[in-house]
Amino acid sequence: MAIDYSQKIPNNVDLASNKTLQRALEHWQPAYLDWWNEMGPEKSQTAEVYLRTAVSVDPSGWAHFEHVKMPDYRWGIFLTPTEGEKKISFGDHKGEPVWQEVPGEYRSTLRRIIVTQGDTEPASVEQQRHLGQTCPSLYDLRNLFQVNVEEGRHLWAMVYLLHAHFGRDGREEGEALLERRSGDADNPRILTAFNEKTPDWLSFFMFTFITDRDGKYQLASLAESAFDPLARSCKFMLTEEAHHLFVGESGVGRVIQRTCEVMNELKTDDPVKLRGAGVIDLPTLQKYLNFHFSVTSDLYGSEISSNAATYYTNGLKGRFEETKIGDDHQLKETSYKVNEVANDNIGTIEVPALSALNERLRDDWITDVQAGVDRWNRIPEKLGINFRFKLPHKGFHRKIGMFADLHVSPEGKIISEVEWAHNHKNWIPTEEDRLYVHSLMGRVSEPGKFANWIAPPARGINNQPLDFQYVRFS
Amino acid sequence: MDAAIQTQAAANRVDYQIDPSKYQHYKVTFDGPVATLTIDINEDGGIRPGYKLKLNSYDLGVDIELHDIMQRIRFEHPEVKTVVFNSAKKVFCSGANIYMLGVSTHAWKVNFCKFTNETRNGLEDSSEHSGLKFIAACNGTTAGGGYELALACDEIYLIDDRNSSVSLPEVPLLGVLPGTGGLTRVTDKRKVRRDHADIFCTIQEGVRGQRAVDWKLVDGVIKQQQFNDEIKKRALELAEQSDRPGGQGVALTPLKRTIDDKGYHYEYVDTQIDRAARSVTITVKAPAATGPKDAAAILAAGTNWWPLQMTRELDDAILNLRTNELEVGLWIIKTEGNADIVLDYDAAIDANKGHWFVRETLGFMRRTFSRVDVSSRSLYALIEPGSCFAGSLLELALACDRSYMLDTTDGSGVNTVTPSVLNFGALPMANDISRLEARFYKEAAPIAAIKAKIGAKLTPAEAVELGLVTAAPDELDWAEEIRIACEERSALSPDALTGLEANLRFGIYESMKTRVFGRLSAWQNWIFIRPNAVGEFGALKVFGKGVKSKFNWERV
Repeated sequence: MAIDYSQKIPNNVDLASNKTLQRALEHWQPAYLDWWNEMGPEKSQTAEVYLRTAVSVDPSGWAHFEHVKMPDYRWGIFLTPTEGEKKISFGDHKGEPVWQEVPGEYRSTLRRIIVTQGDTEPASVEQQRHLGQTCPSLYDLRNLFQVNVEEGRHLWAMVYLLHAHFGRDGREEGEALLERRSGDADNPRILTAFNEKTPDWLSFFMFTFITDRDGKYQLASLAESAFDPLARSCKFMLTEEAHHLFVGESGVGRVIQRTCEVMNELKTDDPVKLRGAGVIDLPTLQKYLNFHFSVTSDLYGSEISSNAATYYTNGLKGRFEETKIGDDHQLKETSYKVNEVANDNIGTIEVPALSALNERLRDDWITDVQAGVDRWNRIPEKLGINFRFKLPHKGFHRKIGMFADLHVSPEGKIISEVEWAHNHKNWIPTEEDRLYVHSLMGRVSEPGKFANWIAPPARGINNQPLDFQYVRFS
Repeated sequence: MDAAIQTQAAANRVDYQIDPSKYQHYKVTFDGPVATLTIDINEDGGIRPGYKLKLNSYDLGVDIELHDIMQRIRFEHPEVKTVVFNSAKKVFCSGANIYMLGVSTHAWKVNFCKFTNETRNGLEDSSEHSGLKFIAACNGTTAGGGYELALACDEIYLIDDRNSSVSLPEVPLLGVLPGTGGLTRVTDKRKVRRDHADIFCTIQEGVRGQRAVDWKLVDGVIKQQQFNDEIKKRALELAEQSDRPGGQGVALTPLKRTIDDKGYHYEYVDTQIDRAARSVTITVKAPAATGPKDAAAILAAGTNWWPLQMTRELDDAILNLRTNELEVGLWIIKTEGNADIVLDYDAAIDANKGHWFVRETLGFMRRTFSRVDVSSRSLYALIEPGSCFAGSLLELALACDRSYMLDTTDGSGVNTVTPSVLNFGALPMANDISRLEARFYKEAAPIAAIKAKIGAKLTPAEAVELGLVTAAPDELDWAEEIRIACEERSALSPDALTGLEANLRFGIYESMKTRVFGRLSAWQNWIFIRPNAVGEFGALKVFGKGVKSKFNWERV
């Protein structure tokens, strides 16, 4: 099969002259399309969606808008252009030139890192595949699909690395990425959080705000990697990830906006009345926030991690904005504060910074999430409503790390099993809450119309009006 | 590398190539079918400074001499049928020099022990295959490595002078074990009962007289007056059993070799060291044309006969790399040339294997390939178009821990491997079975499937199917797969790899030889690095200083 690689697969990796890659992709690309058709957005494969496609890495090329059918989306392979004589910025190899090839010594570790990152991309597409049926607007539907195709492209980016740098093992891993299924008991996705359902649009917005932000931090620390193709792939993915975060933050923000408006209209903060009016009361939103925050927090792993230390020392994975940090970038002497549980109290303890890299990345992420929450809080503030969202304590509702076997209240107090059983319904969504949110999910597909539980956005996509036909159904 | 360092490196390089004009430790005399190797070690002739080779004790240099003597008896003296070891001193041989061990690095000790073991195994190999018999005429105290040398002989006779004994005093005297197969041969070969062996190995003074015979430590004790006559008589008796024909031998002329920082370069063998990667590519080349077919013509070719010359070169290269290039941990083995020519030589070897010279050459090849098996280096075979992994040279690929065969799907070249009759028992490993038997754990079906392909040019796909090679990446994957496999290997702990490789190479079948190597690696090397041997007051360290060793009494 002769493929015009530059047209069909936009890229800046010289695909047209790389036979190894071509051969790998000739097998993988049809399998990918099969996967997309089977596990991609449900009943939407013929819809024409106003999508942004990256056709090159320069400022004019990475955001090219047109209506396309998703299976025809041009998933491309882009690496941020090389920066001259780039040097490794941290770890034992600091100061040496970055690697253009995988050092044999680190092959299996790097492959594992790339596979684990890559696995989250199709997983989230699978998790979200039913949401198109209950979209609150064409604008939101388009955003969902944009997120989906870009997660697909991120899978391409990781598979590119596997194909280009890991030989036969890499090709096998590339196939396995299409074979695992989110939530499949026999063949699950690698990370637990990516086997959870994304049952409704509120969960989707929370996911893109919180869990995709984990993605941002993971990508950002991989963008520091000494393995330059990985670093440059991740850097380019970050530009797309930013849009996903926007979808999440603005999505939840519009839900808050709508609820606050109805609260003012009805002059009530009574959840029962608000639910009667078809909006999601703020305490329920807080519970969703608590849930997604805690579940995503687990993705960073244990507070103390020898794996993370090894990755760092070997130059495989750095810290968030590594080069902007003013230290030795080797962490031989420095320490870092982590939580410690002693005598039923949560305190802090200084540990070697190298061992606490997971915790540091989690803290960086929390700071970023907090900033988003602060922006949300401006909405009730502006509308004169006395409610503020609050991130729960790090130890709340955790399944991994030092808090895994404890119950911790959102305020950070260690509590008993009985207290937890008595109170958790106030802290994380109950079945009743979920059913209520689910009951709101009706499909709105008329241009310019929005579901009752969510406010319209301030502006459209790519300066298009709100009543633009973001998705055309055939 | 600057010139000064280079000179230094050249000066420190151990060379295994010597000739009789340089012997200083052994006197070799030929008397009809009997060669007598008289041990008379030059105290001041140590291969390294810092010790005197007193009491007929030896070091690596002494054993290089013995190795050379044996090679020349095999090839230059087809008339020799019995080899007698005796001594020109009061001591027959007192074994490895203890002061030498005290000042040596661990790596030096291990390499030294390996070579001495190979040389002793070689005596037994020649006894089994080449019609040479060995007598240890222990005309003086025979201690430690001296007794181990005797154990490698077919028969041991001890002089009855009311004084000389045979002993393995390593445990009571030095706090270590005999390092050259002593314990293993006492049990496996001599069948000394374990309680007798227990006493024998824990007393410094050893055992003499009738008890030595009763305990099977020696085959006879002979009064001083009769000693030489009895030995000669027995040597001639043994010679009677031999089929070595006599006649003109083949002189082992000096190898044509150049040495530079990249390695050792010969006509049919080349080594290219990549120091940054800590690897060396060893290329073995087939000759340009087919060779002689009948024994007379083969003998006439002599030292230039490709199988002999190639083996000599390979043996020398391996010994040099092992001793002089400790950090070069990955040996990448390639071949180059026409496989049909290799098969032609294999056929000539097989057709003339009854001829003494062909038999010696095959034996040398067997021992050299066996050196590859026991080398503490990672071994990868790279099979590429233009290579000749056929028959005898296929053994080199089979000796490797992994073999990669380039699958030229784009038709850019033909790449095949070919089994020959020599792959089925002519070149056994140290565990006495062929590499194919070892590879398939003697499972009949896969071995038969390969046997059915003798002479067939097997494609990469067929070679994978038959289990002859590890993997066959195609031309798109090849370079990257190989690069990564090499880098990955070179990054692993060299000690762990040595242990792993020895475990996997010899699999489930043992012989006395593998037990010698295995026990040396496991026990002796453990003991060698423990403080009870080499700590400040370790037995090996305080030997000869009049200081008592201090042990940590914890049993581990």
